[in-house]
Amino acid sequence: MPKTLFAKIWDDHVVHQEPGRPDLLYIDRHLVHEVTSPQAFEGLRQAGRGVRRPDLTTATLDHNIPTVDQKLPIADLIARKQVETLRRNCREFGVTLYDLDSRNQGIVHVIGPELGLTRPGLTMVCGDSHTSTHGAFGALAFGIGTSEVEHVLATQCLIQSRPRTMRVHFSGSLSAGVTAKDVILYMIRTLGTDGAVGHVIEYAGPVVEGFSMEERMTLCNMSIEAGARAGMVAPDETTFEYLEGRPFVPPGKEYQEAVDRWRLLPSDPQAEFHRDLDLDVDSLAPQVSWGTNPGMVVDVTGVVPDPEAFDEEADRESGRRALDYMDLDPGTPVQRVRVDRVFIGSCTNSRIEDLRSAARIARGRKVDQNVYAMVVPGSQRVKGQAEAEGLDRIFTEAGFDWRESGCSMCLGMNPDVLQPGQRCASTSNRNFEGRQGKGGRTHLVSPAMAAAAAIQGRFVDIRDWL
Amino acid sequence: MEPYRRETGKVATLDRANVDTDQIIPKQFLKRIERSGFGRFLFYDWRFREDGSLDPRFELNRSRFRGATVLLTGSNFGCGSSREHAPWALLDYGFRTVIAPSFADIFYNNCFKNGMLPIRLPGRQVKDLFRRVRENPEYALTVDLESCTLRDGRGLNLEFPVKPFRRHCLLEGLDEIGLTLRHEDKISRYEAAHSA
Repeated sequence: MPKTLFAKIWDDHVVHQEPGRPDLLYIDRHLVHEVTSPQAFEGLRQAGRGVRRPDLTTATLDHNIPTVDQKLPIADLIARKQVETLRRNCREFGVTLYDLDSRNQGIVHVIGPELGLTRPGLTMVCGDSHTSTHGAFGALAFGIGTSEVEHVLATQCLIQSRPRTMRVHFSGSLSAGVTAKDVILYMIRTLGTDGAVGHVIEYAGPVVEGFSMEERMTLCNMSIEAGARAGMVAPDETTFEYLEGRPFVPPGKEYQEAVDRWRLLPSDPQAEFHRDLDLDVDSLAPQVSWGTNPGMVVDVTGVVPDPEAFDEEADRESGRRALDYMDLDPGTPVQRVRVDRVFIGSCTNSRIEDLRSAARIARGRKVDQNVYAMVVPGSQRVKGQAEAEGLDRIFTEAGFDWRESGCSMCLGMNPDVLQPGQRCASTSNRNFEGRQGKGGRTHLVSPAMAAAAAIQGRFVDIRDWL
Repeated sequence: MEPYRRETGKVATLDRANVDTDQIIPKQFLKRIERSGFGRFLFYDWRFREDGSLDPRFELNRSRFRGATVLLTGSNFGCGSSREHAPWALLDYGFRTVIAPSFADIFYNNCFKNGMLPIRLPGRQVKDLFRRVRENPEYALTVDLESCTLRDGRGLNLEFPVKPFRRHCLLEGLDEIGLTLRHEDKISRYEAAHSA
C-alpha cells in the first residue's frame, strides 16, 4: 500500500502496538533546553531513574539567557538558577550541553539542523512547540510537555496516538521579496490557528521544492501556529546537500548509504492524506499580522480589517479585543502603521539566509531615528558566519544592534522585552498579547519586511524596494 | 498522579476563543524550576492590574466564580507554546476540568499527565452550558469519568468523548513511564535492531 512520508517514519518507529491503545513510539533525537526540563530531571531523580540514552539527548541554553555580554553572570537570579539547574542536570545525567561558551550554542531549533543532529527519517522531540521546525528535513518532529520530556529521558519512547495527515500543496511562483514567512503566514491566515489540529502537515508542490533548507525550516516552524502536530517536507537533493559535511553527519560511504535510505522516504505517488489543501501563492503580497494571533494577517497592501464584517460572533469578539489591544482602527492602511521596535531573530527567522535577506535591505541605509532595532542571530555558528560575511557591520552601520544568540525577544524571557504600548515589527512566530513584553504589540513579518520597517519607521511593501 | 473519577464543582466561564498558553501563564513565571505554586500566576496579565490588585473586568475575578473547579471556555483553548506550566497553573488554581469546543493538541495532552480532564463538547452544547452558568449563580457540574457523563442536577445529562486509554490512566492515576517500562524488552530489541 502506498505510504506517506509521515507513515513511513511512524511505522518504522513503533516499538509496541495493541488495539485500542496509542502506539509506543521510539524517539531518535531529544533536544533539551533550560525552561521545560528542570521538573523532568527532578522527576527522574525522585523515581530513581536515569536518562536511558544520553547519547541521543542534546541540551543547550537559549530561552532565558541574555543576548548582550554572555560571559557575565545572569542578573535575573531566578533565570540564573534555571540555567545552573540545567548545567547540574546535564552533568549528573551525562547529557551533552552546549553552554554559553560553546560554539555550538544557539536556539535549539537552529543548532539541531546546523550540527546535523536533525536528519531525514528520524523521530525528534523537544519540550518546545516549535520542534516542528526539524520536519523541514523529512524528520517527524514535534513539541511535547515536561511530563513527556521526562518520559523520553527515562525510556527514549513516547506513548502517542497516531495523528491524521494533511498535504498542503503550494503552487504558483513567488515575487521577489516574498518569502517562506509570507507563505506560512498566508496559510495560517487561510486555515485559522486551529485549522490543522490533530494533523501532521506535509508541505508539497513546486514552491516548497524550490525553497532552501532555511526557507523550509521557516515554513515547518510555524506549522504549530495552525495547530498542526508537525510539519514536514520530503527530503531531496537540497536536503542532502545541506547535510553533507555537518558535524554529526557521518562522512564518505556512510553518508552515501544514508542518502540512499533517505531517497526512499518521500510519500509514494499514490499515498493518500486525510486532507488535501491547495494554495495558490502566485503573486502573493508580503504578509503582516494585525492582531493577537498568527491567523490575524493581511497583505501589506491592505488595511486593518473591520471585525464587524467577520462572519462568526466569536471572531468578531476576538477581532474587537485584538484591535483594542493593538490600538489599531479598522480601515487603517498597513503601510501607515508606525513601529517603535524591530526584532530580527527567533527560531523562525534567525538563520544565515534570514540575516542576509535583512542585510540586503539594511545595506547603506539608516534605521529611523524613532526606532530601536536589533538583530539576534540564532546560534553562535550563524553569528560567526554572518560576521565572516560582514553582515554584522552592515547592520551596525545602519544602526541595528547586533547581539549574541538566543531566543531573545521572541518570547521575552530574558531582558529583551517590549515596553507597554510599544509596537514591534518582528520576524518571530507569535503575536499573542504580551508575548514580547506586557502591553507590547507585535506584528509578524519576514526578515526583509522587518528590516525595511526599521528603516522607514513604518511598514512598507518590500517589493517596492527591489 | 491523583486519580480522576468523579468530581463535582462550581463552573467558571472564560468566554473567549484561542486562549493561548502565554495568557494562561506568562513567560516571566517559566523561570521557576518547581512544578507547584503556579496558581497565583494564572492568567496573570488579565487577572491583575498594574498595582497588583485584581482587575474586576476579568471574568474569573467575579466573586461568583470563587472556588470553581470547572473552567468553561472557547475553542482552541491552550494554543501556542508547549509549556506544561499552563495545566500546572490551572490545576494549582483549582481547575481539574476544562470544557471547550476544542483544544490545542499539546495542551490537551499535557492535561492528562497531571490528572486533569479536558472535555471536548460540540459548540452548541458549550453554548448551552454558558447560558446555564449565566442563569444560575452557583452553577455546578458533576463530571463522572466512569460513565463519561456531565450532570448538573437540573436535568442536564451529557455524554462526553474521551479515548479509552486516557480514561483508564486518569481513573487509575497511572504513571505512564511505569507503563512504558513494562515494555523494556521490546525497547531494547528495537534499539538492537536499529543501532546498525
